[in-house]
Amino acid sequence: MSLATTLQMLGRGRTDPRQRRTPMFRSAGFRFGILYASLFGLSALALAAFLWWTTVGLLDRQTDAAINADTQGLAERYQEGGLPALIETIDQRLATNIDDNAIYLLVGPRFDRIAGNLNAWPRGVTLDTNWFELPVERAGLKGVARLHEFNLAGGFHLLVGRDSHVRSQLRRLLTAALLWSAVVALILGMLGGALVRGAFRATVADVSATAAAIAAGDLSRRVRIAGTDDEFDLLAAAVNDMLDRIMRLMDGVKQVSNAIAHDLRTPIARARTRLEDAAIHARSPDELHAAIERAQADLDGVVGVFQAILRIAEIEAGARRSAFVTFDLSALITDMTELYTAPAEEAGLRLDAAIQYEISLHGDRDMIQQAVANLLDNAVKFSPTGTTVQLTLAASRDGVRIEVADRGPGIPEADRTRATERFFRGEQARSTPGSGLGLALVQAVATLHGGTLTLADNAPGLRAILKLPASSMNVAS
Amino acid sequence: MRILVVEDDKDVAGFVLKGLREAGHVVEHASNGRDGLFLAASESFDAIVLDRMLPGGIDGLRLLETLRSQNNHTPVLFLSALAQVDERVKGLKAGGDDYLTKPFSFAELLARVEGIARRGRGEGPVTRLAVADLEMDLLSRTVRRGGEKIDLQPREFRLLEYLMRHAGQVVTRTMLLEGVWDYHFDPQTNVIDVHVSRLRQKVDKPFPAPLIHTVRNAGYMLRAEAP
Repeated sequence: MSLATTLQMLGRGRTDPRQRRTPMFRSAGFRFGILYASLFGLSALALAAFLWWTTVGLLDRQTDAAINADTQGLAERYQEGGLPALIETIDQRLATNIDDNAIYLLVGPRFDRIAGNLNAWPRGVTLDTNWFELPVERAGLKGVARLHEFNLAGGFHLLVGRDSHVRSQLRRLLTAALLWSAVVALILGMLGGALVRGAFRATVADVSATAAAIAAGDLSRRVRIAGTDDEFDLLAAAVNDMLDRIMRLMDGVKQVSNAIAHDLRTPIARARTRLEDAAIHARSPDELHAAIERAQADLDGVVGVFQAILRIAEIEAGARRSAFVTFDLSALITDMTELYTAPAEEAGLRLDAAIQYEISLHGDRDMIQQAVANLLDNAVKFSPTGTTVQLTLAASRDGVRIEVADRGPGIPEADRTRATERFFRGEQARSTPGSGLGLALVQAVATLHGGTLTLADNAPGLRAILKLPASSMNVAS
Repeated sequence: MRILVVEDDKDVAGFVLKGLREAGHVVEHASNGRDGLFLAASESFDAIVLDRMLPGGIDGLRLLETLRSQNNHTPVLFLSALAQVDERVKGLKAGGDDYLTKPFSFAELLARVEGIARRGRGEGPVTRLAVADLEMDLLSRTVRRGGEKIDLQPREFRLLEYLMRHAGQVVTRTMLLEGVWDYHFDPQTNVIDVHVSRLRQKVDKPFPAPLIHTVRNAGYMLRAEAP
């Protein structure tokens, strides 16, 4: 992400009126920025310290080693050849010193100069310590030198040193360089911090702007996915999934309230009219009783619809997952066949069952029962006399398939996707009693088990296929 | 039977009390949990009809749990507007014998109260059931009427057994579905009616007096003579 786009996004985040502003010190973006800047600064500091130690430190150590070696050599010369040899060596060394940085001074017991390039014993050099760092003056030049004092036999004192102006120069150079790089590091750190903060805010701003929009009622808003598959994309995808689910639930609530407004008002109004009519016009207790009974039946119907709505809501909320057990599905379907054979025959139908044995399922037994019962109820209700209703239970590697096929009017292709919506009633179904909740419940049960409900053409008729995934199948048997 | 009704809604309580008294039961009423618990613990009842949500700090669940912890095993029928399956399970787990959701029909309530009270009496294992000239042998699984053997399918046998065990008592369609088929759902079609009608073909039709009667707006009843 380039700096320009980051700043642009940062700016957009700021101008978004819905985004609440956090005080700078409490903003997580600011904290991340500071963290970045301090990490950057610390590493720059560590680098500088290392640089200092390896250059200036090394130079110091080299100088000390040279002085030591020099002193050692001169002391040996003095031991071998006495004072004249020492003076000769010093003069020789001074003459061959190309860098012109060596300092020698040999003094007698009374500190009078015997040889060397210093005019006098520098003030500040005492005899109790050996190493000094002093300003000296030689040949009219002032400078700072590192000196080593050495006592020779016979009361002579030898001072060996190196002019440290090279080192001082280097130190100045390094100090300036480091100061400048500290400034650069500070600027870079702050810039980087701002970048990190901006990137962070840009991502979070989108999530929080979306959440704010949702909270304000715009349910269609989604978090932008950058397509980089990073952690922020994962977060955005998770948030979007959550929002999709919320939207589906909201749609459900909307649907149900619409349904209550339209589909439940009708029977309630009818019951009310009957009662009022009876209260005004009934001429005998029998008429009154009949009206009351009919109204009661109407109200029972309303209660039934309520129960179905609540049950679907309960299933959709997933609260019933706690009721999952492993049970013998083959036995359940066999029982259902037995229960529905009689009503089918009564309606002049044949119920033909093809049941694969020893299939067990992990799920909600009552709900599966209810779902299969709803499918069979529909088949029996809509099939013309003399036809066959086919019930199939089969298991494969993909899962369990429960299929109910009839030869009724079926559902036109245009209506099939809507047929599982709550309160949907097809043209053919309007004349038959029912609430329009049967398939909605089957759909909810399928979803609860991670399965699907497919409505297909049986040419003629309807094939309702309830598929439950293999994961819910228990293959232990 | 002596029945305690713990219910705070005046209309519902009045309706239940009147109905139970008309059915020939002696009924006590408490309108909050505290009074209900006091009555239930201090007197002896054959059954308790208990609302779940009660005023007075003690709700139905608490009341029942307290009662059961005192080793009181009076059969309890929960009566509640909390209709979700989880709520039902909660009620039964707390020690309730049955659970009826509001709104309810009185016939259903009466049938269920009488059902749990009878169960509570603990009749011990029965091997033979008889109503009028209809006899059922539970060991050999045979049914005779007036000495004549009737052939029944296994499910028809269980349906008749259930009716005979509740002879003289209204049995609702829901009770049959739960008791005979162990199903907990509402079929939209008349499945139960069809099965009962088939049973009638075998048990009643060849004989002069019917034993299985339809109770309007409620369900069925097996009894010796017409009312």
